Amino acid sequence: MRRFKVFKVFKSLAIDSLDTITKGSKKYHIWMGFLTLVMLIGMYCYSIQLDKGLSVTGMSDRVSWGLYISNFTFLVGVAAAAVMLVMPTYILKDIDFKQAVLIGEGLAVSALIMCLAFVVADMGGPSVLWHMLPGIGVFNFPNSMLTWDVIVLNGYLLLNISIPFYILFRRYQGKIPNPKIYVPGAILSVFWAVAIHLVTAFLYQGLQARPFWNNALLGPRFLASAFAAGPALIILVLAIIRSFTSFKIPDKTIKKIALIVTVAAQINLIMLISELFKEFYAPTHHSESAYYLFFGLHGKDALLPWIWTAIPLNVIATIMLTFGKLRNNLKVLYFCCFILFVAIWIEKGFGLIVPGFIPGPYGKIVEYLPTGIEIGVTIGIWAMGAFIFTILAKTAIGIETGVLKYKAKHT
Amino acid sequence: MSENKKWYSLDLGLSKNKKTSSSCGCGKTSGGCNNHGTKNTQPTEMSSEDFFEAAIDASIGDERHRDGFEQVFDVKMDRRTAFKKLTASLLIGAGAVSTSCSSFAGDDTKEKAQIDWEEQFKGNYKLMTNEEKQGTINRLMRSYELRTGKNISMTAENAEEDVLFGYAFNISKCQGYMDCVSACVEENNQDRNSQMQYIRIHEMKDGEGFKFDNADDNYYHEVPAEGHFYMGTQCFHCDNPPCVEVCPVQATWKEDDGLVVIDYDWCVGCRYCMAACPYDGRRFNWSKPQVPENEVNKNQHYLGNRMRKKGVMEKCTFCVQRSRKGKNPACVDACPTGARIFGNLLDPNSTIRWVLENKKVFRLKEDLGTEPKFWYFMD
Repeated sequence: MRRFKVFKVFKSLAIDSLDTITKGSKKYHIWMGFLTLVMLIGMYCYSIQLDKGLSVTGMSDRVSWGLYISNFTFLVGVAAAAVMLVMPTYILKDIDFKQAVLIGEGLAVSALIMCLAFVVADMGGPSVLWHMLPGIGVFNFPNSMLTWDVIVLNGYLLLNISIPFYILFRRYQGKIPNPKIYVPGAILSVFWAVAIHLVTAFLYQGLQARPFWNNALLGPRFLASAFAAGPALIILVLAIIRSFTSFKIPDKTIKKIALIVTVAAQINLIMLISELFKEFYAPTHHSESAYYLFFGLHGKDALLPWIWTAIPLNVIATIMLTFGKLRNNLKVLYFCCFILFVAIWIEKGFGLIVPGFIPGPYGKIVEYLPTGIEIGVTIGIWAMGAFIFTILAKTAIGIETGVLKYKAKHT
Repeated sequence: MSENKKWYSLDLGLSKNKKTSSSCGCGKTSGGCNNHGTKNTQPTEMSSEDFFEAAIDASIGDERHRDGFEQVFDVKMDRRTAFKKLTASLLIGAGAVSTSCSSFAGDDTKEKAQIDWEEQFKGNYKLMTNEEKQGTINRLMRSYELRTGKNISMTAENAEEDVLFGYAFNISKCQGYMDCVSACVEENNQDRNSQMQYIRIHEMKDGEGFKFDNADDNYYHEVPAEGHFYMGTQCFHCDNPPCVEVCPVQATWKEDDGLVVIDYDWCVGCRYCMAACPYDGRRFNWSKPQVPENEVNKNQHYLGNRMRKKGVMEKCTFCVQRSRKGKNPACVDACPTGARIFGNLLDPNSTIRWVLENKKVFRLKEDLGTEPKFWYFMD
């Protein structure tokens, strides 16, 4: 009898959430229509890539990873950052974060789906991806860090779907979620989040062929930059949700998240200084990638505008955030979060992946510039992430604010 | 090799020899005899059997050394079955072509679909039995015939016992003619559109030493250019290959004869191996590779020069389709100056062993612990 009820509730939840996500204000419809259009453009670009091969991208034998892997790396960090909200809410019982945490986890889910999409977009043979499935294919575990990454990313995705789903499912029925069920999952996801980002760093860090990546600081720096960029994005998203929905998020919550962003950004800056010192105080052959990134090598300087946008933005944001007076002014805070997000996106994407390949193993410098098709696919995947997040957030907010209720329909 | 070394060291197959010989040159029965490897003369004692083998099968090179009648017998059986199956499939193929020219065109399409289906869902070549390997090369040959109406011969020879391929490059001799490069492209059916080349010849200035960053690996002028010297790089077939470690699906691996190979049909195209290679040894098919039909080298090996598809990795295989038949790789045969030396590292009488023992050899980026089986030396 009880089992049937669960299905019935689930069915009703599915119908109700479908109802919520298809109805909304005019602005909401324009937003979703816009995302759909961008997604369609992205799919068209991807179909060209499938047909012609990866030659339609800017990548080559010399720079064999580009925009896709850059975005993948960055988004793993965004996904990992959800933990910064999970930990205080579920484990330290910090009530301020309760409203933000579901949003954070929704962000993690959409970031992870984007990560997987970017990896698939980067594959030369997406039709034989089943070779990677353990059991059916051959899974080179534990030797290949990429297999570790597949495991941790999918595990984290599962965790971040199941915990919020359980909580929302209970709330939907007007019941209080049982902490004994979700707290162990939340604790696990805290460790897991650190793992996904560390493993992703190890993916690069473990390559003796690329001295730019092969340094011990890469993993910790990944974590620091992720815990700055991820919560910064959460603040921006919360700000948007606050102004467009009836979901109440107190200033206190946003200010607490801002504190996290500040500390992480400061640590990130210290690590950046440490890296720069190592590369430029006593430069060796292994510093050439850093030289290329910051100053250009032999007249090749395609990355200079990017990195010299990122560094000042990063420094300005960190300094502004450090002063409590500026940080507590929400308008300034949003601005800081935005520029910090952009700065870290550049630094961790373009600024990290591309110079790893330049100069090549024998010093050859071939530059990389993404093509229109590559950019189209990338923007399409970002639109997909935003689309998924909007759906998840709208349902979650509906349940949290009590608009969506199981009993409501039957009374 | 020293026990307290923390990093990987190239084992010139002494452990392999130990299985067949009770003791090695240094008299020890376990470990610590790498330095004495040159004194191990065990494999040469089998030369009479080699003689016998060579008489039966002229295509087997003189660099191969086997021990024991069993192995010789096994190899022969493999070849015989391979030949039988090859002939049978060619006959069936010829029959199918003649019938398909009439009104039964549907059969071809059906067979093509069947082959495509089986090829799409076949397993990893590394894990296949000999029968499965034969099955897939038969399908590939038939598929090529159905598509182009022409026959190719594809083999799936396995690595032989007591063979470890190695390569040496004489920097004094190379004049930068790049005959090796064009021979390699023709032999290995590399994509002509993107001008893919496994070998890179680096032109360096005299008096500056090995300055790779000032070298030109894409020159179009008359060689040898005044005041320059030349140095070739390609896949070094490392004994501790980082590319193999990182592959998430084991689509690339080191064969028993030391060749680092790729199963083009198992590769998912993530290009992680490319990022992991410190020697720029790997190439990716960014588009569908194009080779004019009349230029296709039809003597193929599954792991070697068979036609690739788009979105997969490829690289130098030391011409597995030639080296496993006892021939030199195409680059070695094409080199007009004799700068390239290839052979079996386990054969004490091979030229490569002579070079390693008598020349001051070195390898590139030895500090990375990759143990390349590709040495450089000077006269």
